[in-house]
Amino acid sequence: MKLYDSVELAARNLRESVLRNSLTTLGISVGVASLVAMLSLGIGLQQLASRRLQHSGLFDSIVVTSRRDLRFNREQEDSGPAPAESPDLNETARAKIERVNGVVEAYPDLRFITEVQFNDKPHLTMVAGMPMSSKDSDSFEGMQGKFFSSGNAHEAILQKSFAAELLGKSARVPDEINVAEVGGPLIGKQIVLRYEERQTTGGDPNSTSFSVISHELPLTIVGVTDLDPDAMRGARAHVFIPQQLIESMHPMQAYDMRGSNASPSSEPNYGTVIARISGAGKVEQVETAIKKLGFNTFSILDATKSMQRFFAILDLFLGIFGSLALTVASIGIINTLVMAILERRREIGIMKAVGASDSDVRGLFFAEAGAMGILGGIFGTALGWVIGRVINFGTNIYLHRQGFPPEHIWAVPVWLVAGATGFAFVVSLLSGLYPASRAAKLDPVQALRYE
Amino acid sequence: MGSATIRAVDGINLEVSAGGFVALLGASGSGKSSLLNLIAGLDSASSGSVIVNGQNLAGLSREGLAKYRRYTVGMVFQSFNLIPSMTVLENVELPLRFAEVERAKRGELARSALQKVGLTGRLEHRPIELSGGEQQRVAIARALINDPKILLADEPTGNLDSRTGTEVMDLIRSLNETLRMTVVLVTHERDLAEKYADRLIFMADGQVIGDQANSARAVAGAKS
Repeated sequence: MKLYDSVELAARNLRESVLRNSLTTLGISVGVASLVAMLSLGIGLQQLASRRLQHSGLFDSIVVTSRRDLRFNREQEDSGPAPAESPDLNETARAKIERVNGVVEAYPDLRFITEVQFNDKPHLTMVAGMPMSSKDSDSFEGMQGKFFSSGNAHEAILQKSFAAELLGKSARVPDEINVAEVGGPLIGKQIVLRYEERQTTGGDPNSTSFSVISHELPLTIVGVTDLDPDAMRGARAHVFIPQQLIESMHPMQAYDMRGSNASPSSEPNYGTVIARISGAGKVEQVETAIKKLGFNTFSILDATKSMQRFFAILDLFLGIFGSLALTVASIGIINTLVMAILERRREIGIMKAVGASDSDVRGLFFAEAGAMGILGGIFGTALGWVIGRVINFGTNIYLHRQGFPPEHIWAVPVWLVAGATGFAFVVSLLSGLYPASRAAKLDPVQALRYE
Repeated sequence: MGSATIRAVDGINLEVSAGGFVALLGASGSGKSSLLNLIAGLDSASSGSVIVNGQNLAGLSREGLAKYRRYTVGMVFQSFNLIPSMTVLENVELPLRFAEVERAKRGELARSALQKVGLTGRLEHRPIELSGGEQQRVAIARALINDPKILLADEPTGNLDSRTGTEVMDLIRSLNETLRMTVVLVTHERDLAEKYADRLIFMADGQVIGDQANSARAVAGAKS
């Protein structure tokens, strides 16, 4: 029998006992829906997490430190040159790092704790440089105001908790601070930054001594950011100024004192250099190249590897839970088809008497199982999609009440739609295996005798 | 059934010539239906052979038997055995599906088979909406659709009144005569067998107890 005929006869049979077959199909739909809802949640969470990481700027950046810097020397002590013989992390080194294949830019991570005056009141905070390339980072997504107008503009962006502090609204949970509320009265206002400039004394290049000169620098507040752009760093800054500006200021750095003992050079040493990579895929290769230059490196790559492992396991578990319902549904298919054999015994006998072969009968039952599977798969995927939407909607209502921005915690990629429908089809065919072979083996003489 | 072996048909040696009209007569349980099922390829003998058209059915696979049922024999039953959810036309077309005949040709073939049995109207009706005689005609049309060599009829008039029964039997005999189709009729009505068959085979307890040519047939044939 041709496939078309099998499908047509199967469709006819399904219509004959429409209620029972609809219920069976509904069972498959619920199974597929639970599978789709579970997996789309897992995929959505994974996408959310990697999106956050990617936009955080750490996905495509490598933190480079000197081997002499013992802060990061825990793991890498054994390989490469001994800390004492390793090169300095200075401007020459920065330029070298920037020339490494795959590095887009390398800039020193400059930050210092200082006093900021606003309305003649002093506030102690950490100030950090922020390169212009950070503009695209996710951290400035919900920002009030705008990004720096140029690399050396006398402008500042405040983290919202510091902004709240300036307005005297501190001592609140950061999540409850409304960025628009604190940004409005501050943007366009001036703050005065006090800092100490490190200035090399005399013209002697071998001199290790330097003098410290105090400065005051007025800055215009151009933006207040909602999120914490520095979230992944150890010492969090709450005031950000353009990278070029902070470099031209030669601010006194915490490690300058240490450097004065070890390095007999006029060039200032950097504590940390951030190397931005053209793509997340090159991180490993660039890291190796920078290590060869004699520096320590750290990237988020290892963290994402374990994150991927975590999500693979999460997806597996969600998938198993989702599949349970589909397993129950497949038992429903077996039950329905076995019942159909009993009911249609005579019909099967007639078909065999007029020339149906075993494989014709088997094909007919397979077609019925497959049709229920495909229909169930399609309805189930749609149902799962709706369930996912509802969960997402509900979550966003909750997030909104808690003062968080909305998130996509749920995603249904095309492969999941195709995969779930295909999976339902395959599971249905497998469920049809036993009833179909039982129907095929039916003895026509007995089947015809059956009244 | 337990472990006891029941020999429904035992030690029968029978030969039917092509184009003949044979009646198998006997009381219920005599083994006549079992013999018919063996000839129909619905059942297989535990020993011995059934040779039709030079082909031994005992040597055929299940698939081979299905093909044999599809093309070589046509079956008509006492209870018509039409599929209730299908229309008249669809019932007659059913064997064509298994024979993988092109869809476009099926309707025409089914209509011409129905014409042979004298049915032209109500082709889109369900079997339940037809009279018994009409249903049996549909069943005969279905049996004819693949041009089989042999028509096997198992008590075809058992569920019909005598007038309709006669009509159906007249139809079967005319097919025997015009299409040169071998007919094997199973019946317990001796009158019917004598009226239509040209050979009578009597069965009891799975064995042939009598086999005679029927001289009365010529007379009956002339009458109708």
